[in-house]
Amino acid sequence: MRELIKMVVVLTVLSAFSGGLLASLRNGTKDKIEYQQLKFVKGPAILDIFKGATNNPLLDRFKLKDGTVERSFFVGKFNGKTDTVAFESYGKGFGGDIGLMVGVNLDTNKIVGVGVTTLSETPGVGSRAKTDPSFVAQFKGRPLEETFKVKADGGQVDALSGATVTSRGVAAGLTDAGLIYKRLKPELEKKLKNFSTKAVKTKKGEKNG
Amino acid sequence: MAKSITQEFVKGLWEEIPPFRLVLGLCPTLAVTKTIQDGIGMGVATTFVLVCSNVLVSAMRNIIPSKVRIAAFIIIIATFVTVVELLMQAFTYPLFLSLGIFIPLIVVNCIVLGRAEAFASKNAIMHSLADGLGIGIGFTLALASLGAVREVFGSGTFWGAPVFGPSFHPFSFMIEAPGAFVCLGLMLCIMNLVGKK
Repeated sequence: MRELIKMVVVLTVLSAFSGGLLASLRNGTKDKIEYQQLKFVKGPAILDIFKGATNNPLLDRFKLKDGTVERSFFVGKFNGKTDTVAFESYGKGFGGDIGLMVGVNLDTNKIVGVGVTTLSETPGVGSRAKTDPSFVAQFKGRPLEETFKVKADGGQVDALSGATVTSRGVAAGLTDAGLIYKRLKPELEKKLKNFSTKAVKTKKGEKNG
Repeated sequence: MAKSITQEFVKGLWEEIPPFRLVLGLCPTLAVTKTIQDGIGMGVATTFVLVCSNVLVSAMRNIIPSKVRIAAFIIIIATFVTVVELLMQAFTYPLFLSLGIFIPLIVVNCIVLGRAEAFASKNAIMHSLADGLGIGIGFTLALASLGAVREVFGSGTFWGAPVFGPSFHPFSFMIEAPGAFVCLGLMLCIMNLVGKK
């Protein structure tokens, strides 16, 4: 009996101690990890979309509720105007979800740029969606609210040769991005208005993140 | 029987160097040694876990009831592995991305559990620390050398910098899994030839 109690006590204390340690470490590193993930996974795509922006879109971000999901939006400032946002949407590819970062101008409703953030497509075939910049470049300047389809399905998207499923996934992701945009546009406009006034105020302290 | 602390440390570097002598911990050895950076990153992460778990297991060796010792060791090891994982995500994110699933898999690395069970649970703290450090550094050296060979021949680079001229055609077999086995086999062979009495 004594041995049994000892076993229970030792394991409980050990687990509790370990849980406490990990929880506090997780809290301590949470912001840092989130920023690192942004920087290395989504960062290249975001910075590519916002080439020439005068702010750091990785720092100027906010979240909005879309039904039950929470989405992150990144704000780009061009020529003193904060009228561009980028957000992520997903389309089903050949080897899982393809993550797309879509940048859109709220005044014109046109796409300013598209970047692939995550994908697990066949290397050298579907993976060209990420590595071949000319594929995503074709979306630049198109209105985001249209339905995207590859040419083989009667649409407007030039598919990557040999990677139709991947191209369809990207098209579906963009169509989905259009739907998200339509749903959230009024809220986005409100947020951006606040942002352009708020950004001026907090500029000094927050710039060196 | 009683060896000095230095002896415990040194044995891990050659006499009991894990992947080559004990042929333990082969999963990370084969999987993450595509480049020398990945090899060293994995080695350092494992060394950290090994040293911390060895010290803690040794410190608690008289408290832990022997019937639940494996469970207790796993809790201790898993805690430190999660610590490494969080720290890596926070500070060396690209390395975390390239090591991927093999970081959490350190929990089931038989070297770590093996040292806890076979050494730390029976020896004093300082000896366990030296043992963990020695074995860990030995593991790191093994992974780094394997990674260096595979990187030089497989991608024609060393630490990311090209070593051969532009005419070099990478021997991509070395980067793939069979290349890892062949390379490890050849290194075992060399170790045995050199160490033969």
